[in-house]
Amino acid sequence: MNLDFTSILPSLPYILKGIGITLQIVLLAGLLGFALGIIIALFKISSVKLLKWFSDAYTSIFRGTPLILQLALIYYGSPQIFGFQIEPFAAAVLSFSLNSGAYISEIIRAGILAVDKGQREAAMALGIPYKRMMWDIILPQAMKNILPALMNEFITLTKESAIVSTIAITDIMRRAYIVGGHQYRFFEPLIFAGLIYYVLVMTLTLIGKAVERRMRRSD
Amino acid sequence: MINVEDLHKSFGKLEVLKGITTSIEEGEVVAIIGPSGSGKSTFLRCLNLLEIPTSGKIWINNQEVTDKKTNIMKIRQDVGMVFQHFHLFPHKTALENLTYAPMKVRGMSKQEADKLGQELLEKVGLANKASEYPTRLSGGQKQRVAIARALAMNPEVMLFDEPTSALDPEMVKEVLEVMKSLAHTGMTMAIVTHEMGFAREVADRVLFLDGGVLVEDAPPAEFFTNPKSGRAKEFLEKML
Repeated sequence: MNLDFTSILPSLPYILKGIGITLQIVLLAGLLGFALGIIIALFKISSVKLLKWFSDAYTSIFRGTPLILQLALIYYGSPQIFGFQIEPFAAAVLSFSLNSGAYISEIIRAGILAVDKGQREAAMALGIPYKRMMWDIILPQAMKNILPALMNEFITLTKESAIVSTIAITDIMRRAYIVGGHQYRFFEPLIFAGLIYYVLVMTLTLIGKAVERRMRRSD
Repeated sequence: MINVEDLHKSFGKLEVLKGITTSIEEGEVVAIIGPSGSGKSTFLRCLNLLEIPTSGKIWINNQEVTDKKTNIMKIRQDVGMVFQHFHLFPHKTALENLTYAPMKVRGMSKQEADKLGQELLEKVGLANKASEYPTRLSGGQKQRVAIARALAMNPEVMLFDEPTSALDPEMVKEVLEVMKSLAHTGMTMAIVTHEMGFAREVADRVLFLDGGVLVEDAPPAEFFTNPKSGRAKEFLEKML
């Protein structure tokens, strides 16, 4: 075996700087995807046929094609479609939000349907308007139940974000490649990148558990 | 107060209500009884349109609620409902369960709503449970909070859908006591119940439903001692 971890030591700060970029993409895409997911989920349970149809088609398409293809379409296709070259960062956030919105909408839909029907009836009997009922009564209860699934989606998003390295964004993954190229050793920087991803995911898991505990206060 | 004219309700092919006509006067306490599957819960749920009638008309306070132009939400705000399974909001404390609708629907300030909520919790004997979440309450306590929650909207009518059927026997009494004292305040009440003793003691009138038809409509003294129809006789023999 020809391994020498000391040789990449000077490059570690450079790779670590990728954390910021990865986190920016994940957090932005996560938040936008979550907001989008709620909207699409509400469309799915709506009684308006057109909205239902649209949201089902949306989910089907974004789940049915590879994320890396969606990213490439938005990034490389933008000059033809919009007439200008979209920034890599914007392309990454856009494709990841659109994609995770599809997955999150399914999670939220299931969460809403799992809330006891009596909750809706109790709210209706009190004359609470639909929007308020959804926002204050149904969604908070749905969120509590779907938190583990939601956390899982954010973890997936964090790991999948590594594919933005294909459109020249210098995230953790890309930086590991670059260091590997300079030194003619790929194993060490890639292992280091893997370690960073693992720590990120573990941190997310811990945060998720803490939030879950907080939300279970009422049990 | 409430007028019902030729009310029909079908679920698919199953006709649950086959033309019910009756009325409930202001301040009246009406017990709705009958065998299971007789349509009594469906009848009650039609009154605040939790079930949409297939045909027929319902008026509450001279407003036709079955008219498509009527704002159902507005009507429901003035019609309190208590469910068999309580349906308290589990993520809100007892007090928050009471104050939510007055604040968000009636636009009451938080102080006002909190004051009202505390008063009502006191009235149902649960002043010390204000900050408890529903999971920490017994069935009887949950149902008393649910009654208080409905009262917090200051309704003109209260509908009770088998309010004690899901309770352990030792908790039935505390809920019935609360309902009894509510009846004494002159509240208009429609109660679907299997508690014959309670119906006899508290109700002004008994509606006996069987097979989706209003078979008898009589004061309790008359109904329980001298039922006219064979079906009511048969039912009472099984119950008493």
